Amino acid sequence: MPAPIRLRELIRTIRTARTQAEEREMIQKESAAIRSSFREEDNTYRCRNVAKLLYMHMLGYPAHFGQLECLKLIASQKFTDKRIGYLGAMLLLDERQDSTLVFLSGWFFNNTQYVQGLALCTLGCMGSSEMCRDLAGEVEKLLKTSNSYLRKKAALCAVHVIRKVPELMEMFLPATKNLLSEKNHGVLHTSVVLLTEMCERSPDMLSHFRKLVPQLVRILKNLIMSGYSPEHDVSGISDPFLQVRILRLLRILGKGDDDSSEAMNDILAQVATNTETSKNVGNAILYETVLTIMDIKSESGLRVLAINILGRFLLNNDKNIRYVALTSLLKTVQTDHNAVQRHRSTIVDCLKDLDVSIKRRAMELSFALVNGNNIRGMMKELLYFLDSCDPEFKADCASGIFLAAEKYAPSKRWHIDTIMRVLTTAGSYVRDDCVPNLIQLITNSVEMHAYTVQRLYKALLDDISQQPFVQVSSWCIGEYGDLLVSGQCEEEDPIQVTEDEVLDVLEGLLASNLSSPVTRGYALTAVMKLSTRLSSVNRIKKVVSIYGSSIDVELQQRAVEYNALFKKYDHMRCALLERMPIMEKAAANGPTETVQTNGEAEPAGLEPKHPPTIIQPANQANDLLDLLGGNDVVPVISTAPAMKPASAGGELLDLLGGLSLSAPTPAPPIPMSQPPFLLDGLSSQPLFNDIATGIPPMTAYNKNGLKIDFTFERSNTNPNIAIITIHAANSTEAEMTNFVFQAAVPKTFQLQLLSPSSSIIPALNQGPVTQVIKVLNPQKQQLRMRIKLTYNHKGSPVQDLAEVNNFPPQSWQ
Amino acid sequence: IICCPPPLQMQFMLLFSRQGKLRLQKWYVPLSDKEKKKITRELVQTVLARKPKMCSFLEWRDLKIVYKRYASLYFCCAIEDQDNELITLEIIHRYVELLDKYFGSVCELDIIFNFEKAYFILDEFLLGGEAQETSKKNVLKAIEQADLLQEVRLGGGDLHGI
Repeated sequence: MPAPIRLRELIRTIRTARTQAEEREMIQKESAAIRSSFREEDNTYRCRNVAKLLYMHMLGYPAHFGQLECLKLIASQKFTDKRIGYLGAMLLLDERQDSTLVFLSGWFFNNTQYVQGLALCTLGCMGSSEMCRDLAGEVEKLLKTSNSYLRKKAALCAVHVIRKVPELMEMFLPATKNLLSEKNHGVLHTSVVLLTEMCERSPDMLSHFRKLVPQLVRILKNLIMSGYSPEHDVSGISDPFLQVRILRLLRILGKGDDDSSEAMNDILAQVATNTETSKNVGNAILYETVLTIMDIKSESGLRVLAINILGRFLLNNDKNIRYVALTSLLKTVQTDHNAVQRHRSTIVDCLKDLDVSIKRRAMELSFALVNGNNIRGMMKELLYFLDSCDPEFKADCASGIFLAAEKYAPSKRWHIDTIMRVLTTAGSYVRDDCVPNLIQLITNSVEMHAYTVQRLYKALLDDISQQPFVQVSSWCIGEYGDLLVSGQCEEEDPIQVTEDEVLDVLEGLLASNLSSPVTRGYALTAVMKLSTRLSSVNRIKKVVSIYGSSIDVELQQRAVEYNALFKKYDHMRCALLERMPIMEKAAANGPTETVQTNGEAEPAGLEPKHPPTIIQPANQANDLLDLLGGNDVVPVISTAPAMKPASAGGELLDLLGGLSLSAPTPAPPIPMSQPPFLLDGLSSQPLFNDIATGIPPMTAYNKNGLKIDFTFERSNTNPNIAIITIHAANSTEAEMTNFVFQAAVPKTFQLQLLSPSSSIIPALNQGPVTQVIKVLNPQKQQLRMRIKLTYNHKGSPVQDLAEVNNFPPQSWQ
Repeated sequence: IICCPPPLQMQFMLLFSRQGKLRLQKWYVPLSDKEKKKITRELVQTVLARKPKMCSFLEWRDLKIVYKRYASLYFCCAIEDQDNELITLEIIHRYVELLDKYFGSVCELDIIFNFEKAYFILDEFLLGGEAQETSKKNVLKAIEQADLLQEVRLGGGDLHGI
């Protein structure tokens, strides 16, 4: 019987295979030979065969039939057999096989330290819980031996036992007594590892071992101070592995403990300042030192030292060093914010690094460092990063930018610009939940509406593929399309857009393959809204009716409902499609506050000087506002308002019709004396309620049978908001239909008009129409209001303008 | 006693060539053969895709991978998230130095043809993922002694060699 082929010979042969198939054939042939050799219980060559099997296993071929052979090898007397046997056990066996016998043979039948070492190694690498339980006693005995070769292995084996069977930890405690007195570095190192494991698992052990701090400090000191030791030297540093482990143990012992922390303060400072930083090994120690300093109760000087080390790391040529610096800074940025801020520019530079991991950390850290003072500069860098970064970053970066912008925006214009920049450059990576947030933001940036819609419109002309961007844009066009068409932009040159062009764009979105179903929904709703803002109602009706037979069910439903709105519910269309109201929460915490806290040069209170838009049914009310003049109390009609519309629309925009602008005097006051006919005979229903609030009601208008009373309430959530309920009563014999109430207030106020209870005021005071107005008056100015009333009465349209100046002081003070 | 997962542990070490051929695999956590194969395949792919300018660390699943290329061999360690990556680089380097001392200017072929020795050396340096001996000399001495045992001792003698 020829001897089985040698291991190296087999390796050589297999490497000559030119194809996978050829290799497989060779392997199968040899496997078969090995299998029959095993069957024959060949002791001589078992070792060789198992070794070959291990090679084939590494190539990925099955080798389970050799598992038992490994155990036989371990039981053999020959050292070679044992060596390969233990290796095979570690490679082919796993925890699930109960192989306790394997190790017992190692202990009892052979006391060569090398065999015992093999057994300890195997147990410490792959021992199951059962094996650990069975052999823990043996390990514990060897932990106390004077043979340092075995002692160090026993220590690490004990670590494994504890990890597998934590309850056994106690039994190792006595053996740890003198571990640190060892001179042998191997034993020292493994002992520190064992102590670390025990302290991290048990608070009791932790308290118990705190007394070792002075000894650990001494050992560390000796390592640093001692001269060159060739045996343990690495680039001029003595046993860096041991130093790092000691530093880690000190970290655990010093955490949360003042005394221990103090005891290690000096040595930490020493290591931090004396360690050579030219090579990786020195930096490894410095890194561990920094981690320890940050975790224990170190004095502030030491902490600053640690952060400065990290700062220096950031400038290191070695990208590995930069990486760990960023990771650590990210951990400390919350607790030591100011210290980390000092390194902000270096961190921002890391955004341009080539390495993906470094870029990500730099991005996270940059967001953590953004504050009111650096927002402009930081945002520039972050937007540039957003432009050029990998797609995997864009979503997170965009979200981070939105958050930062919301928190620290120095002005509304800047905020809107930033949002639009993100939408146009990374608009398809923006998260879905950003869309409603952004819409809310835009809604509340009242004076930026014209600017926003114009910018978005222009960008939309270039690119309609980025869905979140398209959704926000179409929503804005739907809301503010009238501003777009009328060219009202203050912030930049207004563009010339016709109604047809706007509708072309929206219809394009509806028809485009690039648009998602959600986007189409937005676009259709936007088209519908424009029916009360633009004059091309017929065109809009056509579009809506086309989509009434759309395959997309959602779109179809919308179109059908909008159609119904045109037909049966046309009188409600205006009210339903009116401008979105300000969302109160945002109004109260607007950029006004930010402007004051971030130290910017913009004067506080800049915001209120911008003319607030009235939220009114389908109207730009800016020109109406300007009629009431500026902040001064004297009601002076200003000269032609800057936003006088070019009247591309129809009668809806023409609020100024009928009012002489040239008159420098205030509009004629409403005759406030109540005409007698209102009082005679008719039971006036108690229109006045809320006496409890203490604000008396008032009559705002009374003419031609239409009487409008105001009642007041203070908002519970915001004392600057007055809630006015109008009660419109009709004392004539004929009902007033299509009743629309509009109001304008001076620039320092903001107004929100909710939907009326009805657009028909029944005749003969049979039930007033009510409507709620919310007035925000942060500057506590005297409230004045101009109102416009339109309705149909006895077949003819009626329209009237009036001023209301008799507000009770309590309503605005 | 509070039980918590091991705070810091090297989970495995892999050596592979630039073509993705595995040359050594040491696992310090219990995993099935199937899982080991899957991890190896994915990780090898990930590391080989790295560009030269990138740093030696990457996040992979919930582990940190520390890798370094020496000539045609990649040395790849998986450590836990809180561990010190820089010292892991030193561990890898120490292992390479040991191989180099033992084989005399080690190259990939040495590892291929003498993989069992590479394992023996590793097992004298690390145990359960931790360094058991920080002196280069001591590790090499132990290997030398063990090698002698194979030759000389009666009953432990390797008459035929593998």
